[in-house]
Formats: sequence, structure tokens, C-alpha cells
Amino acid sequence: MSNLTRGTVRDSLSVAITVGTYGVAFGAASVAAGFSVLQSCLFSLLTFTGASQFAAVGVVASGGAAASAIAAATMLGTRNALYGIQMAPQLKVKGARRVLAAHITIDESTGVALSQAPRGVAAMREGFWITGSGVFVFWNIFTLLGALGAKALGNPASWGLDAAVPAAFLGLLWPRLQTNFLRGVAVTSMVFAMLVTPWLTAGLPIIATTLVAVVLGWRAR
Amino acid sequence: MSPMVMWIVLGVTSVLCFSIKLVGHLVPEPWLANARLQRINALIPISLLSALVVAQGVVVKTHVVIDHRLAGLGVALAALFAKAPFPVVVVAAAVTSAVAFQLH
Repeated sequence: MSNLTRGTVRDSLSVAITVGTYGVAFGAASVAAGFSVLQSCLFSLLTFTGASQFAAVGVVASGGAAASAIAAATMLGTRNALYGIQMAPQLKVKGARRVLAAHITIDESTGVALSQAPRGVAAMREGFWITGSGVFVFWNIFTLLGALGAKALGNPASWGLDAAVPAAFLGLLWPRLQTNFLRGVAVTSMVFAMLVTPWLTAGLPIIATTLVAVVLGWRAR
Repeated sequence: MSPMVMWIVLGVTSVLCFSIKLVGHLVPEPWLANARLQRINALIPISLLSALVVAQGVVVKTHVVIDHRLAGLGVALAALFAKAPFPVVVVAAAVTSAVAFQLH
């Protein structure tokens, strides 16, 4: 194994293991929202895009309608299409391998692949596949552990699970707030969500905040 | 929410999220290269995650409510400022909220 390759493998696996452990929080949140252990595991196997999974179970937990849960998860998933557009010309795969590549097209696999650009296109491909499949394995193992753990604990409030879920969202949000403008978008969205909460049925305020993104993203800055 | 509806949420979410990923690998680039669309798309996760923090942290049904969860969120925020790793942030929030819940 060359030094170049070893560096890519190390980068990929360290991201895969770290991010995979977040699956505990998802498994616990999903069970706290009322999903079964089986359903929680199927979310991680089939939906396999963390923020969308958290959103779907989050909306269900807050009493929202099925359509709101699906809409929030789907809108959070749209960025994966943009990752696919960036990755497809690098991967150059067809048929079943393309389907597999699509399924593991997430923040982490794309992020690691793009970070390997100085090492060449072979390293980018390697980073994408190792990170994507690594996150898939660890994310699913830890989802099961989290779901079983939450099942064993009982009342979510007495173990603080009801605060763990918004804290997890805050933790997912935090690394995205890299400029004052983006921090402004986050604060505006939170205030907007609180203001519309009394006027809309549960779950809808979450969908309604995408208006903030549309308005603030409309004009170039 | 009935068990059947929860299966629907799981199934439809999975199908749509996978379809979106596949579309990215299939469509010609110019279709989604619109600058405005990309700017808005970059902000959507921030808006949605912010709203989810609110919906899960300070809302009960359709009311803004301050309770034990806010104590947990406050500690999570402090942990993030201190650059704590994600699992520490979540566990610190859970422990704080559980203590606040028991004291209440």
C-alpha cells in the first residue's frame, strides 16, 4: 500500500467511525419517537442520510403529520443530489455500482472524496467508497445499539432523551455555521419557527422555515 | 400516529431520499447548476435543523414551552462552544435534562 493510499484509507476510516457512532443518537431518538427497533434499523439501512432520518423521527416525535415528516426529511436530502452531481464524473460507474454509489452519496463520503483531490482521482474514488461504506456499516451497528438502549431505558424524559434529540440537531447544525451570514440564517430560522408555532399545526413550522432559506438565499451576497 | 402511518413515513422517506441521491448521479450537470438554486439549497439544511432544534427543544404541540429540555440545550450549546465532540454534547444535554426533570 503506497503512502498516498494509506493516507486516504486513514482519513476515510477515521471519519467513518466517528460519524458512525452518531447512529446511537439516531437509534435512541427514533425509539423515543415511537418507532420500533426494526423500523429504526430500516431507516438507517434504507434512508441512510443522517439529518433526514433525524428530521423524520423528530417531526413524528413533535406530533407532526406524516406528510410533514416526509417533506422535512426529503428537503434535507436534496443536498445529496448536488453531491451526486459532483461525484458522478469522478466515479464513472454504471449499472449496479452506480446504484450502490448513489446510496452512499452523503455528506461524509463526498466530503472525504473532495478532500482527496490533491492526491488524484484514484484517491478521490477510494475515499468515496471507503468512507461511504464505512459510515454505512458503523451507522447501522450504532443505530441498533441506540435503539436497543432506548428501548431498555423506558420513559424518554426521565433519561433526558427528549433533550438529547434537539441537542443532536444542534450538534448537526453547529459545523455548518461557518460565517456570520450562516449564523444569521440559523438565528432567523429559530425565531421564525417560534413565531409561527402557535399558528400552525405541529410539524408544519419546520417545513415553513424553508421560506427563510429561500428568502435569504434568493439574492447573491 | 398509528403503526401503519409510521411504516408509511419510513417507506416513503426511504424511497424519496434514495431517488434524490440517484437523480444526482443521473441528471446532466447544467440542470441543477443554477446559482440561485444552489444558494437556497445550501441554506435549507441550516433552516430545517434550526427549526428542528426549536420544535424538539422548546415546543409542546403548538406552544412554545420552557422546561427541563432547555437546561439540556443550554449545556449542549456550552459544550459546542468548548469544541466538545458530538457524543459528549448529546450525553451532557441528556444528563442535564434528566436531572432538571427529576428536580422539577
